[in-house]
Amino acid sequence: MRLLISFLCGTIFAIGLGISGMTNPEKVIGFLTLSSSWDPSLAFVMIGAIAVHFVSYRLVSRRKQPWLSEKFDIPINRKLETRLFVGAVLFGLGWGLSGFCPGPAVVSSVTLVPKVLIFCAAMLSGFALYNIGSFTLSLRNKA
Amino acid sequence: MENFTPVSATLGGALIGLSASILLLSNGKIAGISSIVGKLVARPSKESLEKFVFFAGLLFGGILLTVLYPTAFDVKIERSIPILTFAGLLVGIGTRIGSGCTSGHGVCGLSRLSVRSLAATICFMGAGFAVATLLEGVL
Repeated sequence: MRLLISFLCGTIFAIGLGISGMTNPEKVIGFLTLSSSWDPSLAFVMIGAIAVHFVSYRLVSRRKQPWLSEKFDIPINRKLETRLFVGAVLFGLGWGLSGFCPGPAVVSSVTLVPKVLIFCAAMLSGFALYNIGSFTLSLRNKA
Repeated sequence: MENFTPVSATLGGALIGLSASILLLSNGKIAGISSIVGKLVARPSKESLEKFVFFAGLLFGGILLTVLYPTAFDVKIERSIPILTFAGLLVGIGTRIGSGCTSGHGVCGLSRLSVRSLAATICFMGAGFAVATLLEGVL
């Protein structure tokens, strides 16, 4: 059942991205480029998403536990570390250069457009490099 | 402002918020795409299957869009392959170092009024606006 919900949520998420315009990297770049032809549409994606999730989070967080799991798995780290800023800036640079963030890139990969697949391959390589890097660091810290 | 589409943007955004809400209420999980997909290329854990199924759902949603709403992908990507490759690496590494992307920080984190997510969102939006605006016409 958890798996079914997870699949369904992925599907709804993808359709939301598609309808909103986020799967169009030229539109994303049009949003991120401040000029006389600035297209502010994509600000409304965040407004719509937060409007729904802000309310539901408040309702859900009154519960002791989720429906199908023992506990809520919500980030508890509150530290404003350097890595948070460095990572977010690197991500923002990649987003502004390409017009793709992770969700829309994955969803758009089904079109098999070569440029999208190249972006996805590079992004997955980035994920893998991070995972290898943090694994190596954890080994060094243990030694 | 011929491309201004606030209604479809808000509606699509609401679906994203709905997806994040169901995932939290049912499975107790945050709908952070970079975390879900990023951990698929790491050593398997007991939650890998759940993440993989969400990823499969994203792809299935993409296929549905190609049939029901092909406009979603009706775009010619102007950026060159070297730029896209470099940007993909930045997005992959950056979202994992910074523990989140537009979904995890921008939607889920801001909805929880997380200060960390607000800081991250300001940084990635700021960097995104800066690089896109400065390079307008160059790329």
